Amino acid sequence: MKTGLLKKVTAVVALALSLSIATVAAAETTLLNVSYDPTRELYQDFNGAFAKYWKGKSGETVTIKQSHGGSGKQARSVIDGLEADVVTLALAYDIDAIAEKGLIKQGWQKELPHNSSPYTSTIVFLVRKGNPKKIKDWNDLAKPGISVITPNPKTSGGARWNYLAAWGYALKQKRGNEAKAKEFVAKILKNVPVLDSGARGSTNTFVQRGLGDVLLAWENEAYLAINELGPDKFEIVTPSLSILAEPPVTVIDKVADRHGTRKVAEEYLKYLYTTEGQKIAAKHYYRPIDKKVPTNLAKVKLFTIDELFGGWQKAQKTHFADGGVFDQIYAR
Amino acid sequence: MNKSPHNRVLPGFGLTLGYTIFYLSIVVLIPLSALFFKSATLSWGDFWATVTAERVIASFRLTFGAAIAAALVNALFGTLVAWVLVRYRFPGKRLADALVDLPFALPTAVAGITLATVYSANGWLGRYLEAAGIKVAFTPLGITVAMVFIGLPFVVRTVQPVLEELEPELEEAAACLGANRWQTIRRVLLPSITPAVITGFALAFARGVGEYGSIIFIAGNMPMKSEITPLLIITKLEQYDYAGATAIASVMLVISFVMLLVINILQKWSRRYAA
Repeated sequence: MKTGLLKKVTAVVALALSLSIATVAAAETTLLNVSYDPTRELYQDFNGAFAKYWKGKSGETVTIKQSHGGSGKQARSVIDGLEADVVTLALAYDIDAIAEKGLIKQGWQKELPHNSSPYTSTIVFLVRKGNPKKIKDWNDLAKPGISVITPNPKTSGGARWNYLAAWGYALKQKRGNEAKAKEFVAKILKNVPVLDSGARGSTNTFVQRGLGDVLLAWENEAYLAINELGPDKFEIVTPSLSILAEPPVTVIDKVADRHGTRKVAEEYLKYLYTTEGQKIAAKHYYRPIDKKVPTNLAKVKLFTIDELFGGWQKAQKTHFADGGVFDQIYAR
Repeated sequence: MNKSPHNRVLPGFGLTLGYTIFYLSIVVLIPLSALFFKSATLSWGDFWATVTAERVIASFRLTFGAAIAAALVNALFGTLVAWVLVRYRFPGKRLADALVDLPFALPTAVAGITLATVYSANGWLGRYLEAAGIKVAFTPLGITVAMVFIGLPFVVRTVQPVLEELEPELEEAAACLGANRWQTIRRVLLPSITPAVITGFALAFARGVGEYGSIIFIAGNMPMKSEITPLLIITKLEQYDYAGATAIASVMLVISFVMLLVINILQKWSRRYAA
């Protein structure tokens, strides 16, 4: 009898405890930001800043959780039910795939300024210190005897930017056309000894395994690599012309509405566009779109995916879908 | 071999069989049939076109070929390792015994990164092999090496208990009866351990076919040359082509299942031969 009573008391206490925890949790708002690999440090910084700003503005405590991985894999997780309030991915194509499943309103890319990309980046070259192979621009990558490291565009969103950057460069040359661009990109791909499945894998191959003369990388990744590994080993070469990489952000409408977090989720993304948000992006070597925010990144002429490739959907279909140009280059 | 119902540890044959089937369904059958249902969203023509694409065929050849090669290597050298661990005493034997299980416990990605580091052009082993003209990392050979690594414990751990059962006196008896060493191996040892070796081979092979994490870092992932099938599945998923991915996966499943079945039959046959 005694033990029965004890059990009851314990149960009541446990229930009360869990209820009180639940109420505390309800007073706090939690956001889940599903992002891609290289933004981990950026959002760690940004989340703290936003939480502070939001506390001051609304008195509400907001906790932001982060999830990172390959951009395509992250999009699939959201499609399969990962409860992301916002996504901040590497390509509009991946967000389009989520929108297609009805989780995001069509036309999402018009909701926020600048194609919903609060910061941009570009593709640069990371070379070994002293640039022993004298690599200056894209055409150097197509020369025989140069070993180029880039991930596989079929599995890595970042690699698709690399590939399209090279393609666009060839297209923009005098008398450039699609046929010449294909030949040019094929020449570069011939110089690629390994196609890693992701961008971080390629960085490893180049940095740790010592393979290759040049690594094609996101500008912010290249700076991170140099900061971490020491400027005495590598240097960054900015080509004369490159692609404007626009990693977009958006609210997952269905999830935010269900969680009742729409307002804070929208504010969260808008805060990326404020001077404070832009400064944090610049600090992590992304190019701020607010021109008043200073940045030390080299000036470079940039073309967009919309002007040269007619947007992501089309670029994906032409180049990276099965049987597309990339496959044709590798076909026997 | 007492089959009287009173001696069963678990009560109720019907209940336990029901549970077994239920458990297998939840854990194995339902996920696997979901795979087939998903690929069934493709028309037969699309399915066939997907799984017979040149690149897919090349990856099947590579994946299954490397898995067989790796399992053969393991069957030979794993048996040797098991033999040494069972029949000899030497300092550090316990350590060596524990080391065998390491590929089981190690996260496969860690194994892959480590192997790629060791065998790449500036790695500990890679630099000498490369100098000798043998490229391991980022080639099909590298893939095989990774499969050998992760498959080793399967052979050792299946052969080891059988060898322990096999008393050294048997070999001594054979010697007393005038058999030379080769005859002892062929007539006494091999028949007893063959079924275990085949089981080990089958397990190592199955593991190699399904392996992704450790291989992806050491494979060059070059289309037509060093792409394993699991990578092609990921490639399809990156294009949100779920049906295409499951189509390749289901073909892989069928081939693996058929091969395991054949190996099982082979094993049964070799047991009968031994008896």
